[in-house]
Amino acid sequence: MEEIKFCTGGGCTAKLGAGALKRVLERLPKREDPDLLVGYNGSDDAAVYKLTEDLAMVQTLDFFPPMVEDPYTFGKIAAANSLSDIYAMGGEVKTALNIVCFPESWDLNILGQILLGGSEKVHEAGGVIAGGHSIADTGVKYGLSVTGTIDPKKILKNNQCEAGDMLILTKPLGTGIACTADRMKEAPKATMDEAILSMTTLNKYSSEIFSKYDIHGCTDITGFGLLVHLSEMLNDRFSADIFIDSVPIIDGAEALAEEFFITAAGQRNRNFIGDRVEFNGISFGLEEVLFDAQTSGGLLVSLKKEEALKAIEEIKALGLKCGIIGEITELKDKLITIKR
Amino acid sequence: MIKLDERGHQCPIPVINTKKVIDTAPKGEQILVITDNEIAVQNLNKLANQKGCTFSFEKKANDHFESLFTVNSDPVAAPEENDVIVCEDCAPAGNGTAVVIASPYMGHGDDDLGRLLLKGFIFALTQVTPLPKNIIFYNGGAQVSSEGSPSIEDLKNLEAAGVKIITCGTCLNHYGLTDKLAVGEIANMYDIVETISKAGKVIRP
Repeated sequence: MEEIKFCTGGGCTAKLGAGALKRVLERLPKREDPDLLVGYNGSDDAAVYKLTEDLAMVQTLDFFPPMVEDPYTFGKIAAANSLSDIYAMGGEVKTALNIVCFPESWDLNILGQILLGGSEKVHEAGGVIAGGHSIADTGVKYGLSVTGTIDPKKILKNNQCEAGDMLILTKPLGTGIACTADRMKEAPKATMDEAILSMTTLNKYSSEIFSKYDIHGCTDITGFGLLVHLSEMLNDRFSADIFIDSVPIIDGAEALAEEFFITAAGQRNRNFIGDRVEFNGISFGLEEVLFDAQTSGGLLVSLKKEEALKAIEEIKALGLKCGIIGEITELKDKLITIKR
Repeated sequence: MIKLDERGHQCPIPVINTKKVIDTAPKGEQILVITDNEIAVQNLNKLANQKGCTFSFEKKANDHFESLFTVNSDPVAAPEENDVIVCEDCAPAGNGTAVVIASPYMGHGDDDLGRLLLKGFIFALTQVTPLPKNIIFYNGGAQVSSEGSPSIEDLKNLEAAGVKIITCGTCLNHYGLTDKLAVGEIANMYDIVETISKAGKVIRP
């Protein structure tokens, strides 16, 4: 019956807070290397290192504790989440290494199920599992270190947006709230099914669609929630209006947030950016959804309006809830304004 | 004052547990919630705002925060037997104690001594405050509430003082005592299970 304890509060809700991380990273000594095209300075999703004029390596690493009870599903979600950073840069997945923490006394079949789910997603991404590393630990953690390739001229940076751009979000928000309620046996089945479908869906397909468009900014929504990830994209150069009625949200997530199935991660996100957001009286539940830490969330993309109107039709055809959720504006008093 | 010690619990567990208490607490009730991190305090503060409670908090140590709620509205639903109180250390009086007597002897060893001890135990029960809410007799314990038991008078006094006394019907039947029950009522297993599970504390001598 070990599986009962499998999920103790995981996914991207387990991330360290954005504020805490920023303070630590700012103090680290930096070494310049002109071939490191994207490092952590610009709070981008993955690192990009130029090898030749038309070839660069994209690297990322992500792992976390279970956010669902089923090990196989957890494996798929953790892998989809790790692979996502490559897609947020516009890269192509090549190799992946498993990262595993697992209690020695547990049934190894659980580990087998996790790794099976993970390898299926790596194969779907067109990549190959090239190895891994495991640690005997008190709790389960799983993820991937992924290496991909990209043409250095086609990197999707996350902070080159321009005033007048539209923002597309390719997956619904609310996975953190849904998993938190599920852990306390309070999430409706339909809510959890929708969350799992979203979390196990690779961002590969939406990334491939966006590669045909002129993208000004692209990031995947994970532990910092929509609003903190958006603020990174705005980079204190622009502001944004969010059209709350167009934001895709998992059915039932707002109601669960109203019942306080909310996380510490969501509150940390609120502490980090909440003062700079004008909510205009939206419900408490919707506020929480906008701060909710996402696991394997969708891509948030900034592109010209006419491009966005075409791209959203293609993204819709992928089947998940999505939408044109906002617009980039010149810098205003409030960094982000929520509008009806 | 209701006290909830939520140290060691990750969000949203402290918040959800506090919400359950607020929803059933009478207007004016104070709820003290102890948590081990400030983020939990911030989430509790949001709960207080949503529920219209007066809220204050005090940092006692880096891992000890005390949040004080004052409930300003009537309960959402009538409280049911206090079964929403989650914190074991602070279950309020009123849940009641159930005493389970499963044998005619108290303890193991010498049966004559055991009988004497149980008689003394039941007499002592008549003297404690608060009195237990229920006394349950099953298996060999059924002999204690039946004719010929030295404790009948004490049990009748307890019953008169409001203590509910029940004896397992199957057990009376087994020992041929069905028409010899001297005090209290006959109960089935559902009554016994319900009584034990609703009790704040179960004592088995």
